Amino acid sequence: MLGLNNADRKLFLIVVCLVAFAPFILNPFPDNVGMAQFNAGYPDLMQKLVIFGIFAIGYNILFGLTGYLSFGHAAFLGVGSYAGVWMMKLLTMNVVPALIVSVVVAGLFSLLIGYVSLRRTGIYFSILTLAFAQMCYSLAYSVLTPLTGGETGLTLSLNDPRVIGVTEVDGNIPVPHFFGLDMQSAVDLDVAGWSFTFSTGYYFAGVIMLVAFYMSVRLFRSPFGLMLRAIKSNQNRMSYTGLNARPYTLAAFVISGMYAGLAGGLMVAMDPLAGAERMLWTASGEVVLMTILGGAGTLIGPVLGAGVIAYLESIISTINDSILHSWFQALPDSLENFLVTILHPFVGHGWHLTLGLVFMGIVIFLPGGIVEGGRRIGNLFSRKKADDTETAPEPGE
Amino acid sequence: MGILEVNGVNKRFGGLQALGDVNLDVQEGTCHAIIGPNGAGKSTLLNCLVGKLAPDTGSVIFQGNPVLGRKPHEINQMGISRVFQTPEIFSDQTVLENVLIPCFARRDGSFRMHAYESVNDEGDILTQAEEMLEEVNMLSKKDMMASSLSRGDKRRLEMAMSLVQQPQLLLLDEPTAGMARADTNNTIALLKEIKEKRNITMVIIEHDMHVVFSLADRITVLAQGTPLVEDIPENIKGHPKVREAYLGEAQV
Ligand SMILES: Nc1ncnc2c1ncn2[C@@H]1O[C@H](COP(=O)(O)OP(=O)(O)OP(=O)(O)O)[C@@H](O)[C@H]1O
Ligand SMILES: [Mg+2]
Repeated sequence: MLGLNNADRKLFLIVVCLVAFAPFILNPFPDNVGMAQFNAGYPDLMQKLVIFGIFAIGYNILFGLTGYLSFGHAAFLGVGSYAGVWMMKLLTMNVVPALIVSVVVAGLFSLLIGYVSLRRTGIYFSILTLAFAQMCYSLAYSVLTPLTGGETGLTLSLNDPRVIGVTEVDGNIPVPHFFGLDMQSAVDLDVAGWSFTFSTGYYFAGVIMLVAFYMSVRLFRSPFGLMLRAIKSNQNRMSYTGLNARPYTLAAFVISGMYAGLAGGLMVAMDPLAGAERMLWTASGEVVLMTILGGAGTLIGPVLGAGVIAYLESIISTINDSILHSWFQALPDSLENFLVTILHPFVGHGWHLTLGLVFMGIVIFLPGGIVEGGRRIGNLFSRKKADDTETAPEPGE
Repeated sequence: MGILEVNGVNKRFGGLQALGDVNLDVQEGTCHAIIGPNGAGKSTLLNCLVGKLAPDTGSVIFQGNPVLGRKPHEINQMGISRVFQTPEIFSDQTVLENVLIPCFARRDGSFRMHAYESVNDEGDILTQAEEMLEEVNMLSKKDMMASSLSRGDKRRLEMAMSLVQQPQLLLLDEPTAGMARADTNNTIALLKEIKEKRNITMVIIEHDMHVVFSLADRITVLAQGTPLVEDIPENIKGHPKVREAYLGEAQV
C-alpha cells in the first residue's frame, strides 16, 4: 500500500493519526484548571505547527540528506508568502492559485540562489545563502516597498482587482477559501469541561503536510535520496563513481525551497498578510534548530522539532509573572517569590532562553535529536528490537 | 595503438618534479603494472588519469578520446574506474548501498531525477549489486555500515564498487595493501578471473611483487617521476637498473 515498506507505512499512519487527532491530543487539560495554560489545541497554533512542519520537512531534504547547511531558507518562505498575497490581490481568494504560485516562485528563487551558492561548500555555502537571504530581506523591507508593502507588510485591500474572484463581500475584504470552504471557520466541541476546536484551515494545512511528508518519505527511499546521502558521505567518491554532485544538490536545494514556499503560501492562506520579518535570518536559523532538534536526516524528526519549537514559542512566551505566582500560591510567600524570580527570565520574552537550554541539552546529550532519544527509550524497553536496529538504524522510528 | 596512451606527462609540485615526461601505452585486455619506490609518482600518475590533478604538460588519450580537461565524473562515465590507495567509500552507507550507487551511476548516467521510485523496487539493480558482493565474498556483510568494515574489507568493497560498473579500464592503487595473505590471494584470483572473463584492461600499482608477477602482462618501473624501463615481467626481474632503483631497495 502507498508504495512504502512496513516501517514507513506505520510511521506514516502514526503521523496521519497525530494530525487528525491533534485538536484532542494538544488539549489534554480541561479549560478551567491552571494547566490549561499548556493547552495548544487552538487553531492558530495548530496551523503554525503543521506549517512549520512542512518548512522543516523540506529543509531536511537539503540539510538532513546532503549535509549542506543553508542559512537562508526563510527567504523562500517569505517569497512564497508575498507571491501568495499577490495572487489573492490580483486573482481570487481561493487558496489554490496562491499556493501553486507560492511554490513556483519560491522554486525559481531557490534555483537562482542555489545555482550561485552551490559553487561553494561548507561554511562558504552557508554564508552565501545567509547573504542572499539578508539581501532579500533588505530589498523587501525597503527598496521593493511597492511589491512587498515594506515595513507594514503586504496586506489585502478593498481596492484589489481579484479578477476571477470578488473584490468585496458586504463591504469587507473576503476571506481565503478552498472552493468555498472558509479557511477561518471552525467548529467547537464542548465535552465536560474540555473545549476542542476543529478548524478548517488547520485540517487543510494538515492534509497538505501529510502529502508533503509522504513525498519526502518517497524521496528518502528513492535512488535520488540515496545519491543525496552519498553526497553527504563522500563527495569525492561520488564524482569518481561517475556522478555529478552539482545537479543533485541543486535539485535538493530547489525542492527544499519549494517546500519553504509552500509553507509561506499556507501561512498566507490562513492569514492573508506577509511581512519582511518572515525572511529575517533568525527565521532561517529557526528551521535549522527545528531540524537538528528533531533529528536531521530522519523522516519524522523535523516534524517533531518544528512542533516542539512552535509549541515552546507560543506557550512559554505567554506565561507571565502573575501566572507564575498563581502556580506557586500554595507555597510560603518567600519561597513563592524566590521561585518566581528564578523562573522569570525563562518565560515571556525569555522563551528564547528556554529554547536555547533545550537545544544545548539535546545537541550535547542527544546528537541525533528527539528521534534518537525515542530510539534509545525504545531500545531500553525491548532488547530484541535493539538487536535489529543496531545493524540497520532505520531513520525515522 | 593502445586503449590508453599517456604522452609526455609532466607534473611539478613546487620544486618537486613528481612526474617527468611519462609515456605509457596500455594495450586493451592486458594488465599493466606500475612499480617503483615510495614517492616515485605512481599515485600522482593515476590522479592525472582520473581528473584529480591536471598535469602541467602532456596528453592522455583513452580509446581515441582526450581525457585531460574533463571532470572526474565525465572520465568515469567514459569507462575509467579507480580504486584508491586509501579506501574511498561511502562510510555512512551500508555495504549494499555502496555497491548500489555505482550501479545507478552506470545505468542512469551522471544525473537522473529519480525521486519517486523506491530503491527496493529496482530488482535488476539489487540483483546486480548482490551478485557483485557475492563475487567478492561480502554478501553476508551487506547490511553492515561501511565505516565498520576492516581495512581489507573496505578495499574489497571499493573494488566491488569499481567492478560493478564494468569499466573498460580499471585503475588499482595498491589493491592488496593491508590485506591478510588469504585475502590477497583471493583478490589475485578475482582480478585474474575478471580480466579473462570480462576483458577489462587494468593498470595496477603494487608493492607486493607476488601480486605483480601473478597478474601483470607488462611492467613499467617508475623512479623519481620518470619511467626507467618497460618490459614483460620475466625481463624486469633480472634487470640491473630495476634492482638498483627498486628491488634492491625493497630487499633491504
Ligand atoms: N597534491 C600534492 N601536493 C604536493 N606534493 C604532492 C602531492 N601529491 C603527491 N605529492 C608528492 O609527489 C611525490 C609523488 O607522490 P605519489 O603519491 O605519487 O607517490 P607514490 O609513488 O604513489 O608513492 P607510494 O608508494 O608511497 O604511494 C611525493 O613526493 C609526494 O609527496
Ligand atoms: Mg601511492
